[in-house]
Amino acid sequence: MRVGLLCSRIRVEEKLLRDALVRRGIDVVCIDDRDVVMELGRPWRDWDVVLERSLSQTRALAALRVLDSWRVPSVNTLAVTALCNDKLATTSVLAAAAIAVPRTAVAFTPESALRAAEEIGYPLVMKPIAGSWGRLLARINDRDAAEALFEHRATLGSPEQSIFYLQEHCEKPARDIRAFVVGDETVCAIYRYSDHWITNTARGATTRNCPVSDELDTLCRSAAAAVGGGALAVDLLEDSGRLLVSEVNATMEFRNSIDVTGVDIPARVADFVIAVGTGGLIAVEA
Amino acid sequence: MCPECDASVSVLRTVERGEVIQCGECGAELEVVALAPMRFVLAPPEEEDWGE
Repeated sequence: MRVGLLCSRIRVEEKLLRDALVRRGIDVVCIDDRDVVMELGRPWRDWDVVLERSLSQTRALAALRVLDSWRVPSVNTLAVTALCNDKLATTSVLAAAAIAVPRTAVAFTPESALRAAEEIGYPLVMKPIAGSWGRLLARINDRDAAEALFEHRATLGSPEQSIFYLQEHCEKPARDIRAFVVGDETVCAIYRYSDHWITNTARGATTRNCPVSDELDTLCRSAAAAVGGGALAVDLLEDSGRLLVSEVNATMEFRNSIDVTGVDIPARVADFVIAVGTGGLIAVEA
Repeated sequence: MCPECDASVSVLRTVERGEVIQCGECGAELEVVALAPMRFVLAPPEEEDWGE
Protein backbone atom coordinates (compact mmCIF):
# COMPACT_ATOMS: atom_id res chain seq x y z
CA MET A 1 0.00 0.00 0.00
CA ARG A 2 1.15 3.55 -0.73
CA VAL A 3 0.13 6.46 1.44
CA GLY A 4 0.54 10.09 0.39
CA LEU A 5 1.30 12.34 3.35
CA LEU A 6 0.14 15.79 2.29
CA CYS A 7 1.98 18.33 4.42
CA SER A 8 3.55 21.76 4.51
CA ARG A 9 6.31 21.06 6.98
CA ILE A 10 7.75 17.99 8.56
CA ARG A 11 6.75 18.57 12.18
CA VAL A 12 6.98 16.09 15.03
CA GLU A 13 3.48 14.82 14.23
CA GLU A 14 4.26 14.17 10.56
CA LYS A 15 7.43 12.26 11.48
CA LEU A 16 5.59 10.14 14.02
CA LEU A 17 2.76 9.37 11.60
CA ARG A 18 5.14 8.53 8.77
CA ASP A 19 7.27 6.32 11.02
CA ALA A 20 4.20 4.50 12.34
CA LEU A 21 3.06 3.79 8.78
CA VAL A 22 6.54 2.68 7.68
CA ARG A 23 6.76 0.31 10.66
CA ARG A 24 3.61 -1.31 9.31
CA GLY A 25 5.26 -1.92 5.95
CA ILE A 26 3.55 0.98 4.22
CA ASP A 27 5.24 2.98 1.48
CA VAL A 28 4.84 6.64 2.50
CA VAL A 29 5.53 9.58 0.22
CA CYS A 30 5.55 13.11 1.62
CA ILE A 31 3.71 15.47 -0.71
CA ASP A 32 4.75 19.07 -0.06
CA ASP A 33 1.63 21.17 -0.63
CA ARG A 34 3.81 24.02 -1.93
CA ASP A 35 4.99 21.86 -4.82
CA VAL A 36 1.69 20.27 -5.73
CA VAL A 37 0.03 20.71 -9.11
CA MET A 38 -3.33 18.97 -9.39
CA GLU A 39 -4.65 18.96 -12.92
CA LEU A 40 -8.38 18.42 -12.95
CA GLY A 41 -9.43 15.41 -14.96
CA ARG A 42 -6.02 13.78 -14.54
CA PRO A 43 -6.34 11.97 -11.22
CA TRP A 44 -3.38 10.81 -9.20
CA ARG A 45 -3.28 7.05 -9.01
CA ASP A 46 -0.06 6.87 -7.02
CA TRP A 47 -1.63 6.54 -3.58
CA ASP A 48 -4.23 4.28 -2.08
CA VAL A 49 -5.04 6.92 0.51
CA VAL A 50 -3.87 10.44 1.32
CA LEU A 51 -3.30 11.52 4.91
CA GLU A 52 -3.93 15.26 4.97
CA ARG A 53 -1.60 17.19 7.30
CA SER A 54 -1.32 20.62 5.68
CA LEU A 55 -0.70 23.58 7.96
CA SER A 56 -2.94 25.75 5.82
CA GLN A 57 -6.59 24.87 6.20
CA THR A 58 -7.34 26.66 2.93
CA ARG A 59 -4.86 24.56 0.99
CA ALA A 60 -6.01 21.41 2.76
CA LEU A 61 -9.59 21.95 1.74
CA ALA A 62 -8.68 22.77 -1.85
CA ALA A 63 -6.51 19.67 -2.14
CA LEU A 64 -9.15 17.47 -0.50
CA ARG A 65 -11.78 18.84 -2.87
CA VAL A 66 -9.75 17.69 -5.87
CA LEU A 67 -8.84 14.35 -4.27
CA ASP A 68 -12.50 13.79 -3.48
CA SER A 69 -13.45 14.47 -7.10
CA TRP A 70 -10.85 11.90 -8.11
CA ARG A 71 -12.29 9.44 -5.59
CA VAL A 72 -8.94 9.13 -3.83
CA PRO A 73 -9.68 8.17 -0.20
CA SER A 74 -8.39 10.61 2.38
CA VAL A 75 -8.03 10.95 6.13
CA ASN A 76 -9.91 12.94 7.01
CA THR A 77 -12.51 13.25 4.26
CA LEU A 78 -13.33 16.51 2.51
CA ALA A 79 -16.74 16.70 4.18
CA VAL A 80 -15.40 16.11 7.69
CA THR A 81 -12.51 18.53 7.28
CA ALA A 82 -14.74 21.24 5.82
CA LEU A 83 -17.10 20.89 8.76
CA CYS A 84 -14.39 20.89 11.41
CA ASN A 85 -12.56 23.88 9.90
CA ASP A 86 -15.70 25.97 10.34
CA LYS A 87 -16.72 26.54 13.95
CA LEU A 88 -20.22 27.60 13.03
CA ALA A 89 -20.75 24.51 10.90
CA THR A 90 -19.34 22.28 13.62
CA THR A 91 -21.43 23.75 16.43
CA SER A 92 -24.55 23.70 14.25
CA VAL A 93 -24.12 20.02 13.44
CA LEU A 94 -23.35 19.13 17.07
CA ALA A 95 -26.35 21.06 18.37
CA ALA A 96 -28.61 19.45 15.77
CA ALA A 97 -27.40 16.05 16.99
CA ALA A 98 -28.40 17.04 20.56
CA ILE A 99 -24.78 17.06 21.70
CA ALA A 100 -24.11 19.44 24.58
CA VAL A 101 -22.33 22.58 23.34
CA PRO A 102 -21.83 25.99 24.96
CA ARG A 103 -24.74 28.34 24.39
CA THR A 104 -23.94 29.92 21.03
CA ALA A 105 -25.46 32.70 18.94
CA VAL A 106 -24.62 34.09 15.52
CA ALA A 107 -25.31 37.63 14.35
CA PHE A 108 -24.33 39.57 11.26
CA THR A 109 -24.14 43.21 12.29
CA PRO A 110 -22.58 44.97 15.28
CA GLU A 111 -26.05 45.99 16.46
CA SER A 112 -27.54 42.50 16.39
CA ALA A 113 -24.32 41.09 17.87
CA LEU A 114 -24.73 43.47 20.77
CA ARG A 115 -28.28 42.26 21.31
CA ALA A 116 -27.02 38.67 21.27
CA ALA A 117 -24.27 39.51 23.76
CA GLU A 118 -26.75 41.14 26.14
CA GLU A 119 -28.96 38.08 25.84
CA ILE A 120 -26.15 35.59 26.56
CA GLY A 121 -24.69 37.78 29.32
CA TYR A 122 -21.17 38.83 30.19
CA PRO A 123 -18.52 37.60 30.14
CA LEU A 124 -18.85 35.86 26.81
CA VAL A 125 -16.47 34.68 24.13
CA MET A 126 -16.25 35.74 20.49
CA LYS A 127 -14.46 33.45 18.06
CA PRO A 128 -13.66 33.69 14.38
CA ILE A 129 -15.55 31.13 12.31
CA ALA A 130 -12.29 29.88 10.84
CA GLY A 131 -9.13 29.85 12.87
CA SER A 132 -7.07 27.71 15.14
CA TRP A 133 -4.44 27.67 17.87
CA GLY A 134 -6.45 30.15 19.93
CA ARG A 135 -6.00 32.99 17.45
CA LEU A 136 -8.39 35.95 17.62
CA LEU A 137 -10.45 34.59 20.48
CA ALA A 138 -11.82 37.41 22.59
CA ARG A 139 -13.33 37.29 26.05
CA ILE A 140 -15.82 40.14 26.27
CA ASN A 141 -16.34 41.22 29.85
CA ASP A 142 -18.86 44.03 29.43
CA ARG A 143 -20.96 46.07 27.03
CA ASP A 144 -18.21 48.63 26.42
CA ALA A 145 -15.81 45.94 25.24
CA ALA A 146 -18.54 44.34 23.14
CA GLU A 147 -19.36 47.58 21.33
CA ALA A 148 -15.69 48.27 20.61
CA LEU A 149 -14.88 44.76 19.41
CA PHE A 150 -17.93 44.46 17.18
CA GLU A 151 -17.24 47.83 15.57
CA HIS A 152 -13.59 46.95 15.00
CA ARG A 153 -14.46 43.61 13.45
CA ALA A 154 -17.06 45.18 11.15
CA THR A 155 -14.81 48.04 10.11
CA LEU A 156 -11.41 46.40 9.85
CA GLY A 157 -12.22 42.81 9.04
CA SER A 158 -13.19 40.94 5.91
CA PRO A 159 -16.89 40.16 5.37
CA GLU A 160 -16.22 36.83 7.06
CA GLN A 161 -15.23 38.72 10.22
CA SER A 162 -18.72 40.19 10.35
CA ILE A 163 -20.14 36.79 11.17
CA PHE A 164 -20.26 37.31 14.91
CA TYR A 165 -19.99 33.90 16.57
CA LEU A 166 -20.67 34.40 20.26
CA GLN A 167 -20.55 31.84 23.03
CA GLU A 168 -21.26 31.78 26.71
CA HIS A 169 -18.11 31.92 28.79
CA CYS A 170 -17.75 28.66 30.69
CA GLU A 171 -16.32 28.78 34.21
CA LYS A 172 -13.93 25.93 33.55
CA PRO A 173 -11.47 24.83 36.25
CA ALA A 174 -8.29 26.33 34.66
CA ARG A 175 -8.28 23.48 32.17
CA ASP A 176 -10.15 21.95 29.29
CA ILE A 177 -10.17 18.45 27.88
CA ARG A 178 -8.93 17.18 24.56
CA ALA A 179 -9.98 13.69 23.57
CA PHE A 180 -8.68 11.74 20.60
CA VAL A 181 -11.22 9.73 18.67
CA VAL A 182 -9.97 7.37 16.00
CA GLY A 183 -12.65 5.52 14.12
CA ASP A 184 -15.27 4.59 16.67
CA GLU A 185 -12.99 4.62 19.71
CA THR A 186 -11.94 7.32 22.15
CA VAL A 187 -8.32 6.25 22.38
CA CYS A 188 -7.23 8.70 25.11
CA ALA A 189 -7.75 12.18 26.50
CA ILE A 190 -5.72 14.90 28.16
CA TYR A 191 -6.38 17.84 30.42
CA ARG A 192 -4.88 21.09 29.12
CA TYR A 193 -4.00 23.37 32.01
CA SER A 194 -3.34 27.08 31.77
CA ASP A 195 -3.61 30.15 33.97
CA HIS A 196 -4.89 31.91 30.87
CA TRP A 197 -8.53 31.42 29.91
CA ILE A 198 -7.34 30.10 26.52
CA THR A 199 -6.13 26.59 27.33
CA ASN A 200 -4.46 25.69 24.07
CA THR A 201 -1.12 23.87 23.96
CA ALA A 202 -0.13 26.17 21.07
CA ARG A 203 -0.45 28.93 23.69
CA GLY A 204 1.63 27.16 26.32
CA ALA A 205 -0.91 25.03 28.19
CA THR A 206 0.53 22.01 30.00
CA THR A 207 -0.97 18.55 29.69
CA ARG A 208 -1.93 15.68 31.97
CA ASN A 209 -3.73 12.43 31.38
CA CYS A 210 -7.50 12.58 31.58
CA PRO A 211 -9.12 9.22 32.29
CA VAL A 212 -11.71 8.37 29.67
CA SER A 213 -14.92 7.91 31.63
CA ASP A 214 -17.99 6.32 30.10
CA GLU A 215 -19.61 9.76 29.89
CA LEU A 216 -16.60 11.30 28.14
CA ASP A 217 -16.28 8.34 25.79
CA THR A 218 -19.93 8.43 24.77
CA LEU A 219 -19.93 12.19 24.27
CA CYS A 220 -16.73 12.17 22.22
CA ARG A 221 -17.78 9.30 19.99
CA SER A 222 -21.14 10.99 19.43
CA ALA A 223 -19.44 14.27 18.53
CA ALA A 224 -17.05 12.53 16.14
CA ALA A 225 -19.90 10.63 14.51
CA ALA A 226 -21.95 13.81 14.18
CA VAL A 227 -19.24 15.47 12.06
CA GLY A 228 -18.75 12.34 9.97
CA GLY A 229 -16.07 10.40 11.83
CA GLY A 230 -12.38 9.88 11.24
CA ALA A 231 -9.23 10.65 13.20
CA LEU A 232 -10.36 13.59 15.26
CA ALA A 233 -9.54 15.63 18.33
CA VAL A 234 -12.59 16.66 20.34
CA ASP A 235 -12.20 19.64 22.68
CA LEU A 236 -14.50 19.84 25.69
CA LEU A 237 -15.21 22.27 28.51
CA GLU A 238 -16.22 21.39 32.05
CA ASP A 239 -18.78 23.85 33.32
CA SER A 240 -20.61 23.34 36.62
CA GLY A 241 -20.67 19.60 36.25
CA ARG A 242 -21.58 19.73 32.57
CA LEU A 243 -19.35 18.49 29.76
CA LEU A 244 -19.69 20.63 26.65
CA VAL A 245 -18.11 20.03 23.25
CA SER A 246 -16.41 23.22 22.09
CA GLU A 247 -14.86 22.07 18.85
CA VAL A 248 -13.66 19.14 16.77
CA ASN A 249 -10.29 19.25 15.00
CA ALA A 250 -9.64 17.36 11.79
CA THR A 251 -5.85 17.78 11.55
CA MET A 252 -5.01 17.07 15.13
CA GLU A 253 -1.76 17.78 16.88
CA PHE A 254 -0.80 15.25 19.51
CA ARG A 255 2.92 15.56 20.32
CA ASN A 256 2.16 16.59 23.92
CA SER A 257 -0.38 13.86 24.48
CA ILE A 258 1.54 10.64 23.87
CA ASP A 259 3.76 10.52 26.96
CA VAL A 260 1.11 11.72 29.40
CA THR A 261 -1.49 9.22 28.20
CA GLY A 262 0.84 6.35 27.37
CA VAL A 263 -1.15 5.82 24.18
CA ASP A 264 0.63 5.59 20.85
CA ILE A 265 -1.70 7.99 19.06
CA PRO A 266 0.18 7.99 15.72
CA ALA A 267 0.04 4.18 15.67
CA ARG A 268 -3.72 4.31 16.11
CA VAL A 269 -4.06 6.87 13.34
CA ALA A 270 -1.77 4.80 11.10
CA ASP A 271 -3.98 1.74 11.59
CA PHE A 272 -7.01 3.84 10.71
CA VAL A 273 -5.35 5.21 7.57
CA ILE A 274 -4.45 1.69 6.47
CA ALA A 275 -8.03 0.55 7.05
CA VAL A 276 -9.33 3.41 4.90
CA GLY A 277 -6.72 2.71 2.22
CA THR A 278 -7.61 -0.96 2.01
CA GLY A 279 -11.27 -0.12 1.71
CA GLY A 280 -11.97 -1.61 5.11
CA LEU A 281 -13.56 1.65 6.08
CA ILE A 282 -15.72 3.70 3.79
CA ALA A 283 -15.12 7.42 4.11
CA VAL A 284 -18.18 8.69 5.91
CA GLU A 285 -19.86 11.68 4.36
CA ALA A 286 -21.56 14.07 6.76
CA MET B 1 24.77 29.34 7.47
CA CYS B 2 21.84 31.20 8.94
CA PRO B 3 20.34 33.51 6.28
CA GLU B 4 19.43 35.98 9.03
CA CYS B 5 22.70 36.32 10.99
CA ASP B 6 25.29 34.34 8.98
CA ALA B 7 26.15 32.14 11.97
CA SER B 8 26.83 28.47 11.36
CA VAL B 9 23.82 26.39 12.20
CA SER B 10 24.19 23.02 13.87
CA VAL B 11 21.53 20.41 13.28
CA LEU B 12 20.85 16.86 14.35
CA ARG B 13 22.05 14.14 12.03
CA THR B 14 18.44 13.05 11.56
CA VAL B 15 17.26 16.43 10.28
CA GLU B 16 15.02 16.26 7.23
CA ARG B 17 14.11 18.50 4.35
CA GLY B 18 11.00 20.44 5.33
CA GLU B 19 11.83 20.56 9.03
CA VAL B 20 11.93 23.86 10.87
CA ILE B 21 14.79 24.46 13.28
CA GLN B 22 15.96 27.44 15.28
CA CYS B 23 19.25 29.26 14.78
CA GLY B 24 21.19 28.96 18.04
CA GLU B 25 22.73 32.37 17.48
CA CYS B 26 19.87 34.73 16.57
CA GLY B 27 16.83 32.54 17.29
CA ALA B 28 15.43 32.82 13.76
CA GLU B 29 13.20 29.97 12.63
CA LEU B 30 14.80 28.27 9.65
CA GLU B 31 13.39 25.76 7.23
CA VAL B 32 15.69 23.08 5.90
CA VAL B 33 15.33 23.24 2.11
CA ALA B 34 18.27 21.05 1.09
CA LEU B 35 20.39 18.43 2.82
CA ALA B 36 23.49 18.06 0.65
CA PRO B 37 24.71 20.66 0.87
CA MET B 38 22.62 21.80 3.85
CA ARG B 39 20.67 24.94 3.02
CA PHE B 40 18.23 27.00 5.06
CA VAL B 41 15.73 29.74 4.35
CA LEU B 42 13.79 31.82 6.85
CA ALA B 43 10.67 29.85 7.73
CA PRO B 44 7.48 31.59 6.64
CA PRO B 45 5.65 33.31 9.52
CA GLU B 46 2.43 31.78 10.81
CA GLU B 47 -0.49 32.59 8.57
CA GLU B 48 -4.09 33.29 9.43
CA ASP B 49 -5.40 29.97 8.16
CA TRP B 50 -2.81 27.70 9.77
CA GLY B 51 -4.05 25.30 12.37
CA GLU B 52 -5.58 21.99 13.29
